[in-house]
Amino acid sequence: MSALAHTVADTAVVAKRNLLRIPRQPDLWVSFTIQPVIFVVLFVYVFGGAISTPGYDDYVDFLMPGIIVQTMSFGGFVTAIGLSDDLRKGLIDRFRSLPMARSAVLAGRTLADVATNTVSLVVMVVVGLLVGFNFTSSPLEVVAGFGLLLLFGYAFSWIFAFIALNASSAEGAQALGFIVIFPLTFASSAFVPPESMPAGVEEFAKANPISTVVDATRALLVDAPAGNDVWAALLWCIGLIAVFATLSVYRYKRAVSS
Amino acid sequence: MADAAIAVEGLRKRFGDVQALCGIDLSAPPGTILGLLGPNGAGKTTAVRILTTLLPPDGGTARVAGLDVVRDAAALRARIGLAGQYAAVDENLTGFENLDMVGRLYHLGRGPSRERAHELLERFSLTDAANRLAKTYSGGMRRRLDLAAALVARPPVLFLDEPTTGLDPRSRLQLWETIEARVAAGTTVLLTTQYLDEADRLADRIAVIDHGTVIAEGTPDELKSRVGGERLEVTLESYDQEQAAIEALAPLADERPKCDHGILVMPLDKSRGNIAEAVRQLDAASVRISDIALRRPTLDDVFISLTGRAAEEAEEEEAAA
Repeated sequence: MSALAHTVADTAVVAKRNLLRIPRQPDLWVSFTIQPVIFVVLFVYVFGGAISTPGYDDYVDFLMPGIIVQTMSFGGFVTAIGLSDDLRKGLIDRFRSLPMARSAVLAGRTLADVATNTVSLVVMVVVGLLVGFNFTSSPLEVVAGFGLLLLFGYAFSWIFAFIALNASSAEGAQALGFIVIFPLTFASSAFVPPESMPAGVEEFAKANPISTVVDATRALLVDAPAGNDVWAALLWCIGLIAVFATLSVYRYKRAVSS
Repeated sequence: MADAAIAVEGLRKRFGDVQALCGIDLSAPPGTILGLLGPNGAGKTTAVRILTTLLPPDGGTARVAGLDVVRDAAALRARIGLAGQYAAVDENLTGFENLDMVGRLYHLGRGPSRERAHELLERFSLTDAANRLAKTYSGGMRRRLDLAAALVARPPVLFLDEPTTGLDPRSRLQLWETIEARVAAGTTVLLTTQYLDEADRLADRIAVIDHGTVIAEGTPDELKSRVGGERLEVTLESYDQEQAAIEALAPLADERPKCDHGILVMPLDKSRGNIAEAVRQLDAASVRISDIALRRPTLDDVFISLTGRAAEEAEEEEAAA
């Protein structure tokens, strides 16, 4: 077998292993199903009335694309927790002592996490429809929007893989993850229009790639004006994956030593 | 040296301010067990991590199965098995799924991987638990599964990093027997342990390691002979007879026997008499005893005589440092 065929086969073995684990860890489901639902309910019924979103009849239509983007980024926590667990229990040592492709552990991990992100996405769409969200774009655009969301989630899995490989524990990885995710997702166009923010924060929010992805998602799900956001969002995702996959595999090779 | 399964020369590794390995030499011929004995923090695990390609050394050379651990790392990984200190099995997979996964990652192929997994489960008495998640396994079962995973590709060289730490005596004995069977079949084993009886029982040669340095090397018997020969230990029924016992046994030893708290200890000189002779002498002097035993020096004694402290004390030192 060629090196590439080995890499693909090893990645598939690791991805299968991680997929097998999902139904066996019901406590983990909370983070990618119930938690995002709580966010939707809080935002729609607690903050919704106080947030004005010019151009949208209902806050729900503005919120849902943004909150789904945030949920996809939260998918990274599943990646980080899984990898930290493997590190702590010595499984990464075992994998690193095997004659398998050096990228396969991480590639298999992040690939399997697309499955949990898909579950999250389905849950969010169902909850969105229940609280009054409407798709107002074409079915093709909606499918493209889902594709973009999953690609974005995949990018965040790689970012969190890198965080987990550099953190000393699962708790450390989660703390670091929150520091990355909260400012990035809240200081963006996900929950409120950036125009309502003070200068400085507004500039940050507009330059924030999360805003680019949120705006692109809005364009694809509720037919908001997109500009170049869809292509820019796609480029951001691909760029993040390229950078963090390279960094993570490099870190993995270089002895994730205790 | 060229045909040694494990050949290590001047291996060095430093972590920040800590010199974990200060240039150690090790060697193991094929089909033997090399015991790496030392307290926690002595550098045993660092040595194993370097030899299994998990960690690059700072200096020195190490060849395993004829392959350099740095230059030929990729090829070497196909020829070694590693069972770690904490059993590195996936708790959320079944025993079968664990072994099948490892087989696939050794590139055995789908069919042979499954076959090998079943074969190993059978050999390690895990067939009944094959389809149960590993998190439901007992400590001994996990260690067996971990060892089975290390054996999936029939590696010629096996690394066992404290394989029996935390196991109950029965599971320990089972694991020892399994290791001995592998070696009988030609596998070379490097075993780290902080249990002196384990090294004594399993190892053909032992390297005693302390503060990253090999402080003694030899067969268990060679190491034990360093602290002298056999000793006779007599437990008296009554403290009153200490003096009588010393008088009775004095002719059997070069030096005068010592007696403390009703326990008499003396080196036994074979040319002067054996344990039967000692019993006769004590009986003739009407000394009543509750126990009499010939005690061979243990590796504990070796460790104390080499380092000036017991293995446990060394551990506490490391913990305090």
